Parts: sequence; C-alpha cells; structure tokens
Amino acid sequence: MDFVLIMKLIPIYKESIFLTLKLSLCAIMISLFLGIVCSAISYMKIPIVSWIIKFYVEISRNTPLTIQLFFLYFSLPLFGVRLSSFNCALFGLSFLGGSYMCEAVKGGFDSIKKTQIESGLSIGLNNWQLICHIILPQAIVLSMPLIAGVIVFLIKETSVAGIVALADVMFVTKDVIGMYYCTNEALFMLIVSYVVIILPFVLLFTFLKEKIKYIDNKILF
Amino acid sequence: MNILSIGVLDFFVQEAVGFKRLLRAFCVNLYISLVSVLLSIFFGILFGFIVSKRKIFRIVFKIFLEIVRIIPIFAWLFLFYFKLSGKNGGLSGTAVSIIVFFVWGTFEFSDIILSSMEALPKHQYESGLAIGFTYKQLYKKIIMPQIMRMVLPNAINLIVRMIKTTSIVTLIGVIEVLKVGQQIIEYNVFKNPKAPFFVYGFIFALFFVACQTVSCFAKFFENKFKI
Repeated sequence: MDFVLIMKLIPIYKESIFLTLKLSLCAIMISLFLGIVCSAISYMKIPIVSWIIKFYVEISRNTPLTIQLFFLYFSLPLFGVRLSSFNCALFGLSFLGGSYMCEAVKGGFDSIKKTQIESGLSIGLNNWQLICHIILPQAIVLSMPLIAGVIVFLIKETSVAGIVALADVMFVTKDVIGMYYCTNEALFMLIVSYVVIILPFVLLFTFLKEKIKYIDNKILF
Repeated sequence: MNILSIGVLDFFVQEAVGFKRLLRAFCVNLYISLVSVLLSIFFGILFGFIVSKRKIFRIVFKIFLEIVRIIPIFAWLFLFYFKLSGKNGGLSGTAVSIIVFFVWGTFEFSDIILSSMEALPKHQYESGLAIGFTYKQLYKKIIMPQIMRMVLPNAINLIVRMIKTTSIVTLIGVIEVLKVGQQIIEYNVFKNPKAPFFVYGFIFALFFVACQTVSCFAKFFENKFKI
C-alpha cells in the first residue's frame, strides 16, 4: 500500500463520490414519486392505467439494469433521442427503481386496516382525499423497511452506470488502475468510497426502523 | 419510424448466425447463474441452520452479511477478478464470477432462512420437543415445512436477481450474451446502423423470458402456500 498515492487519489474519488450521490439521490426521489403514484393508481384499480403499470413493473423488474442502460444509450440515438450519460443513467435507474418502489409501497397499502378506509369514507372524503390524507401517510410508514431496502439497492445499482461513460466510483477505479498501475490502492479506495456512501444510509435506516417499531405498537394497532 | 420500415425480418434473416451465437452465449449466463444458485441454495440452507444454533454465530454472521451487502456485486467482481485471476495459473473470469455469485448467494440465502426461522413462533419448537420429537424429526416434520412456505417466494426473487446480475460479468471479460451482442453490432456498423436496437432488444427479451419464467414460479408458490 502506497499511502502517498492514496492521498493523491482522494480528490479524484471525492468528485466521483459526489457524482454517485447526486445520481442516486435524484434517482431515489424520482423513483419514490413514481412508485407512490403507480401503487396508488393500482390500488384504486383504474382499468387501463393499472394494466399498463402491471406490465411496466413486470418488464423493469425482470430485466437487468445493464441491458436497460445499453438500450437507452445506444439504440435511442437511432430514433433521434440523444441522452447525456448522466440523464441516461438517471432515466435507467428511475425506470428500475420505480417498479421496486411500487412493489414496496404496495405492501404498505395492502396492510392498512379496512376500518381506516371505511371511517375515511364515512366522513365524506373522496377517493383522492382518502389516499392523500389517510392511506398514504400510514402506508409509507408501514412500508419504510422495504423502501429503505430499495434505496440501498438503488445506490448499489449506480455502480453499473459506469458502462455509459459516467465517471462514477467504479469507472474512476478502472481509470486509475489503467493510469497508475496501482490495483491495490485503487481497490482499497473503491471499498472505502462505497462504505462512505452507503454506511450513513444503512445507519439512518436502522435508526428509523427502531422508531417505526415504536410507532407501530403505539398508534396503528 | 423510417428506421423500422427497413425490415425487422430482413435483419433477423441476415444475422441468423449472429442470433444463434447470442442464444449460445446466453447459455453462459444461465450456466453461471445455475451453478451459483444451486451451490448457494445448498450451502445457504446448511449455513442458515448452523448459524441459528448459537447467538454468537448470529452476530458474526450479521456483520459479515452487512460487509457483503454494503459493497455492490460489481465491485466484488472487480476485487476478486484482480486478486484471483492474476498471471499464470489464475482463474478464468467465469470461475471468478461463479465464486462471487456463490458467496453473495450463500449469504443472502442463509439470511432468508434465518429470518424466517426467527419469524416462526417459539412455541412450535417447544411443543415439538414436548411431544418427544428428536431434533432431526423436529426439523423434518415441523420446522422445515413451515419455513419452506415463507422462504420460497423470497428465494425465487433472489434467484431472479442473480440471473439479472449475471449481465455484468461481461465487464470482467467473460464472453457472454452482452459481449457477443457488442461484437455483432460492431460487425454491422456500416451494413446496418440500426443493429443496436435489434440486438439489445433481443437480449432484453432473452433476460425477460428467463426471469419471467422463474418469477412465475414465485407467484405460483405464493398462491399455493397462502394461509
């Protein structure tokens, strides 16, 4: 291990960590929104739209992100749609994450008690009000552990984004190995940077899970 | 829409050999995932039962599980590839990817089994022991059938994820479906500029079919074992 070289590598990795974080945070936001909307629509069983959503969930859950990214990056330009590598990775990740979030939030939707819905209806709320004010706040809390799992999964999936020439941590590692011939140092920095990126999230979610257990026992049941 | 009108069929006829190669290369993906899935199911069950015996084992196991989980599979592949397949006498990319998938799968499978054993109410064990079952009978007659019901959907989801993840082994130099696809596209750069669309679409479909059949099993078992 050459620690002088590692000190030299830190700024390069810092940039790529920020890029990875930016990408994953944007993707998490979009996919959370997409997942909530999709699961709300399929919960209300709107005829055609919910079939489309079912189809979308099946497709994006059963195909790897690598192929989705390649498809977006190399075959959309044939139709005149040119995406930059960041947009392409963002699009692919949100496409993948939306379906996983949809499944996660759906679990929360299903576990809400019927009394909640019926008492909501009896005080005269319409469907959207019912979802916004009564079902959604409870569903998100209930499905928090699953959502946390999906978020960590999405952050890990950003490692594939290097294949569309986005300079994320993996891509930088490959570059550094090629430039300085320092496999050990580069791989060490790779592990360190993933730990730096993911560990705060994992700790936050374990903290939140404890909180939710408390809420579960106190209010909902 | 000009592009599609040039003839999807023409392209498929011209590149019939290429698509056959794609199918054959997809077998590499299936081979990697099949071997690692089978190995990791076996060792995962074994590991899960061993770990569930003592509390210290469980704590150590959780630490290792978090270590495996916190680093993406792609990074693990990289690590193992650069460490194991060095100069002469190193392992091939396929072997490295099987090892990585095996380690990952074993940890995940044993976590699934552990968590479902913890979810099983304690009185099941105790009443089994109370009516005089030995441990072997207890696990065979009472614990296993109930655990299987909880494990199967999760396990099949994990298998789907493993099949999906085999698509990144191309990045450590295994000649599999994505690599062959790129070769076909490069061959067709001037002849057929629209080749990426068909080739990647075909690979997309291959993965979709493979994963969909497996996840149909998940739905089947979920319905069958519904309480």
